[in-house]
Amino acid sequence: MTLLVEQCLNGLQFGLLLFLLAAGLTLVFGIMDLVNLAHGSLYMLGAYFAATFAAWTGSFVLGALLALGATLLVGMAVEVVAMRRLYGRDHLDHVLGTFGLILFFDEAVRLLWGPEGLSLPLPPWLNTAVEILPGIYYSSYRLAIIVVTLAVAVFLYVLVMRTRVGMLIRAGASNREMVGALGVNIKLLYTLIFGLGAALAGLAGLMQAPILTVQIGMGENILILAFVITVIGGIGSIRGALIAALLVGFIDTLGRAFFPDLLRMALSTAAASTAAPALSSMLIYLLMAVVLVFKPEGLFSTGNK
Amino acid sequence: MTPAFNVRVAAVVLLLAALPLVPVYARLANDPFLLTLFTRIVIMALAAVSLNLILGYGGMMSFGHAAYLGIGGYAVGMLAHEGIYSGLVQWPVALAASALFALVIGALSLRTRGVYFIMITLAFAQMAYYVVAGIARYGGDDGLTIYKRSQFFAPLDLSNKIQFYYLCLALLYGGTYFVWRLVNSRFGMVVQGTRSNEVRMRAIGFPTYRYKLVCFVIAGTLCGLAGALLANHNDFISPATMYWTRSGDLIVMVVLGGMASPLGPWFGALVLLVLEEALSSITEYWQIILGPLLLLIVLFARGGIDGMLRTIGGRRA
Repeated sequence: MTLLVEQCLNGLQFGLLLFLLAAGLTLVFGIMDLVNLAHGSLYMLGAYFAATFAAWTGSFVLGALLALGATLLVGMAVEVVAMRRLYGRDHLDHVLGTFGLILFFDEAVRLLWGPEGLSLPLPPWLNTAVEILPGIYYSSYRLAIIVVTLAVAVFLYVLVMRTRVGMLIRAGASNREMVGALGVNIKLLYTLIFGLGAALAGLAGLMQAPILTVQIGMGENILILAFVITVIGGIGSIRGALIAALLVGFIDTLGRAFFPDLLRMALSTAAASTAAPALSSMLIYLLMAVVLVFKPEGLFSTGNK
Repeated sequence: MTPAFNVRVAAVVLLLAALPLVPVYARLANDPFLLTLFTRIVIMALAAVSLNLILGYGGMMSFGHAAYLGIGGYAVGMLAHEGIYSGLVQWPVALAASALFALVIGALSLRTRGVYFIMITLAFAQMAYYVVAGIARYGGDDGLTIYKRSQFFAPLDLSNKIQFYYLCLALLYGGTYFVWRLVNSRFGMVVQGTRSNEVRMRAIGFPTYRYKLVCFVIAGTLCGLAGALLANHNDFISPATMYWTRSGDLIVMVVLGGMASPLGPWFGALVLLVLEEALSSITEYWQIILGPLLLLIVLFARGGIDGMLRTIGGRRA
């Protein structure tokens, strides 16, 4: 029972974290029609910045805030230097160009921080457990992640649906030229949106940093999950990204925790323990395949391709 | 094509003639590493030729092509691990396994197009990567050493590096000729037509989905062959062979060489692998140069090497 509650919360936390990544990816795709493979690199940078700044300032929160600002700036710089020239071109160009960026960022990180991973220690006030239900304790840091990501999700909703900037973002998504003709600085708007996506990725990275080791290539594995989520949720739909992210978070976490035991009931112990790691890592891809069979455009497709 | 001399034809002839001479030069210059490098180039060129079939001619932006390299390689590695060394068993299994994987992945992925297709092929290839990395019996993450190369009938000995090079080269020539004939056949014309305008092709009565799927399976099978060669070449296979950055490398080769150009992938593989070798001898951090270089190629040299050769050689070709 304790394990189940704990794993459910872990699934929720992981899902919400994935949402931050997928939201940035889907936002940039939905509005700029840009496939950004380098999104995972920004996630990695967020983690590296947080570890470095936290060590400099001696404060976790201050380090995290500085890292957030830094990834925002890096994202905007990347947009101005590289991405801006890729809008309106073939998707294959996006894939190749941003693939080049990944190589660059991975190597730059190796050059600046060295090949060994970093770690980001938690401050004592976060490194505790809270009693969420009578007798059931849960890591307060993971709870904090859940709270922060939920707040960000609400912030995104309000930003896109209820503010003037959000109105411009939505207008820019449907007709770039018309918004530009009406006197809006669309270039600046795009730079800001890309920076926002980068900051979301950076936030995910810096929050994940204390749980995992900060290392090169950390962004690439999670990028694939973010892709799976955008495909399941429908590209360009933030609501779809949220639901798909939660689905993937739960299935991946619970699958890894309980699937081997279920398998052991069906198969012999030896067979189960060889097959379980391979099969449980397949679960989310099977989910994606099933969704594709029934809804090739994803669960909440916005209609534009 | 005009019979007059032009740079593009000259480059192609030079490449076709120079590749068989590599072992001779390596022997004369006493540089065994050169032969190893070129064996690798030839194998990767075969993989890139197979990707060019779907990416260049078919317009299917598959980002999971390295999966077949891994599947073909693991077919050889796993069978060798179980004590079956005959190439007459290993290679057909490698081809069949790749074809089967391509069929399943293709049937699902081709229901979608555009960005979805890129992401889905990428995701399925990563799934294959994680599955293989999770099988402890065959080395898991660490990979699998192949102690004995595939065994064939008497005169053919894959452990002989020169023989192996010529085998790879023969398969590259054969594979390229096959793809060239295929894309110029009726089947290939339908696939190319689908790339330009799928709606019209369907309107004039072609079941485009089936044509694309068959093309996807052929490309996967051919790449599986390259995978079997690669495993023999390295005497080793690991999940890293099918990691998604390998798929990225293959796309780079195709685009760098020139999409939908019969020999473009050869140039792409040659230039990328030689460039990697050269840059890594200059600095340990060579990817910091390669990455921005890729971006520049995308931005300014869209036609790839073949496109450049055409421009130098005049528009007529």
